[in-house]
Amino acid sequence: MHLYANPARFLRIAKWLTPLLLVSGLLLAGGAMLWGFFNTPPDRLMGDTVKILYIHVPSAWLGMGGWTAIAIASLVELVWRHPLAAIAARAAAVPGAVFTFICLATGSIWGRPTWGTWWVWDGRLTSMLVLLFLYFGYIALSGSLAREGQSSRIAAIFGLVGAINVPIINRSVVWWNSLHQPPSITTGGSAIDEVFLVPLMVAVLGFSLLFGGVVLARMRTILADIQAEARLRRMAQKADLKTSEAAS
Amino acid sequence: MREALDQMIFVYAAFAVTIISTLLLVGQSWLAMRKAEARRDKVKGK
Repeated sequence: MHLYANPARFLRIAKWLTPLLLVSGLLLAGGAMLWGFFNTPPDRLMGDTVKILYIHVPSAWLGMGGWTAIAIASLVELVWRHPLAAIAARAAAVPGAVFTFICLATGSIWGRPTWGTWWVWDGRLTSMLVLLFLYFGYIALSGSLAREGQSSRIAAIFGLVGAINVPIINRSVVWWNSLHQPPSITTGGSAIDEVFLVPLMVAVLGFSLLFGGVVLARMRTILADIQAEARLRRMAQKADLKTSEAAS
Repeated sequence: MREALDQMIFVYAAFAVTIISTLLLVGQSWLAMRKAEARRDKVKGK
């Protein structure tokens, strides 16, 4: 892990990995969406709305995966003081929030024709909405700490504490009565027919690669900003020194 | 027949939300990265 702690080494790898992840992610996710949209039959119970599966499930996975990444990066930052960990956590927040929003929006759109309602305040939907608010809080907190030049440790603690919501989301359909269906894919197998499962897995892989590419791009943005600011500060200090030498 | 047509409106809406949000996220992240790295390289050259 410490092998990649060096920002210069990270940048060398990220330079070719970012476009590779973004392009392969766009191709796979786009291909899976087209496959699911045009080449899969209507479901016996849900009809054509089953096609929403190929976007709703990957976005739910990435909404929760994004916060899991924040929690792991926060732990690494707090314990090992890895210099890139805080940057990785900050970089994962916006894409995580976007996919959580997509999950909530597509779920709501799916709910209207299948459940007869856009929204219910049950365990799954409410805990997912809480996750979106946690993302908003984290983005605001980590952004303001970075702007003020303060330590990101408070944001890291927030990232760790917020992770308690992830298993709650996962188990909510088991613990409480819900209109949302129970887990269809578990470690024991899948209740989804292969005709839907294969494009779904391709979509999950494609959106995950895309997520990785976006996180790398955002990490590069944060690093470039830090490097530019440090350089400008050094130049300003040199200019001040010259001015004071000339004056004395 | 009518039911199937109604269902597809919801499918179109869900796909539109996903495609627009994802492309905005990817585009904004890529452009911000290019802009930040160009600024850093410009500052380095000074």
